Amino acid sequence: MIVIFGIFLLTLLVITAIGIVRTDNLFVAVMLMGIASLLIAANFFLLDAADVALTEAAVGAGISTVLFLSALALTSERERAKSSNRILSFIVVAAAALIIIYATFDKPRFGDPEAPVQTHVAPWYLEKTPEYIDIPNVVTAVLGSFRGYDTLGEVFVVFTAGIGVLFLLGGGKAAGVIPQDKINEGLRHHLIPRVVGRVLIPFILLFGLYVQFHGEYGPGGGFQAGAIIAASVILFALLEGEQRALSVLPERALLGLIACGPLLYGGVGLAGIVLGGNFLDYSVLSSDPVKGQQLGILLIEAGVGISVTGVLLAIFHAFAARGR
Amino acid sequence: MAALIDTLSWVLLTLGGLSVLIGGIGALRMPDLYTRMHAASVTDSMGAILVLAGIMLQAGWSLATIKLIAILLFLLLTSPTSSYALASAALLAGKRPLAEIPQDQEESE
Amino acid sequence: MELLGLYHYWVFAILLMIGFYAVIAKRNLIKKLIGLSLFQAAVFLLYITMGKVDDGTAPIFPETGAVVFSNPLPQVLILTAIVVGISTTALGLGIVVRIKEEYGSIEEHEIQEIDKR
Repeated sequence: MIVIFGIFLLTLLVITAIGIVRTDNLFVAVMLMGIASLLIAANFFLLDAADVALTEAAVGAGISTVLFLSALALTSERERAKSSNRILSFIVVAAAALIIIYATFDKPRFGDPEAPVQTHVAPWYLEKTPEYIDIPNVVTAVLGSFRGYDTLGEVFVVFTAGIGVLFLLGGGKAAGVIPQDKINEGLRHHLIPRVVGRVLIPFILLFGLYVQFHGEYGPGGGFQAGAIIAASVILFALLEGEQRALSVLPERALLGLIACGPLLYGGVGLAGIVLGGNFLDYSVLSSDPVKGQQLGILLIEAGVGISVTGVLLAIFHAFAARGR
Repeated sequence: MAALIDTLSWVLLTLGGLSVLIGGIGALRMPDLYTRMHAASVTDSMGAILVLAGIMLQAGWSLATIKLIAILLFLLLTSPTSSYALASAALLAGKRPLAEIPQDQEESE
Repeated sequence: MELLGLYHYWVFAILLMIGFYAVIAKRNLIKKLIGLSLFQAAVFLLYITMGKVDDGTAPIFPETGAVVFSNPLPQVLILTAIVVGISTTALGLGIVVRIKEEYGSIEEHEIQEIDKR
């Protein structure tokens, strides 16, 4: 049964991808990208990757669609010319695909527990997590503690993308006061989306916070929570207009969020040094090493969530403000 | 008892699948944007309710059922709203429905 | 199960090449970025497919009992990769918007024409 389901999802994915490339209306391509992201997320769930499925759905189908649509609003929506060198590209691409398909016959059998990828480091992590960290979600344990340095680098990448977009698009502030008739009203004249949106936004925020703090016990964590909370504020900005969204969460607060996330993460790392251990060694944060590890993971996930929220919102506002 | 719940859940899931299929066929075969949206809304409402009810029967009395009820509420709240927003945007962009009576057009001219 | 595994790898190859085709053959800059996104998604699919174990479950320890788990390491890697992918996409879109403002077009050949002048 799972076989049929898996094959069906993957076939739909290929059909959607072909549709994305062949359409010349960019809006249609972006919408199909959202569908492809959801199909990939469903596939990840079939492959037992619950955390990754949640992240792909939140980031790929949610935030990515919003970013592409904001960029499309500032550029054109139709792709104009015919492609160049179509025959040559197609031949190169088809040849490469055939070579890769030929190589896949040598791969270890799908799901083999004796495959090389399952026998080297993974059993050590699965064994030592209850002993060193004692939280149910192994992915969060590896992400936050065993490989915490890599996650610090990732937070810095997100930070860099945020300030990069702010450098590129943030300088176009309108000189002086914006005239009254040009203030973006959002969807304020439409009653139904406003009412439903106002009912939903607190629950979306609540769900974001649930995902943030539940990351140790189930699928979740900082990245997904940051994307969900950013989505709720973006919904507010779409419904009420960007001015009101900026008065609720001003740009200084966004800059503060962008800065505080990596600061919190690095601060926890430095606190490890100050208290006598290594950088990002959480065992010294509390008298009991296991409790220290759990406290450390909680704090750095909060740092990650704050950082991702701030960056995604700042990027959205940078795109939205450019249209003025 | 378990067999009864299983059969009932099978029936609900199959009916839900049929609703989704009907919505899909309608979305393809209908002549106009508005009629297509109307057909696709069958997927959102009947399809969602039947499929989620079938899964809830399988989950029994547990935390998963409460989460499924929350998902159902969320879907029932947001799908009609997005249909409304889509139809409203289409109307504002100037796309008139096919079923418009010609007298309205003469009056507005 | 054999067919399903091979099918996953074939879909990875096809999706990879569809995304790559969009990057090299299309002229619109946003279409190239969309193709890059597809390319990344295909790579994610490959890694997660390799981590699956027969009769395994998500790597979350249940309340009681020992279970067979799927490999958590590719999932950690791909979690990071998804977020990095969206960051680079956002930066790329910012650059495209600036190009549109400066050159007036986001078609590659038109930009090269304007550059030559």
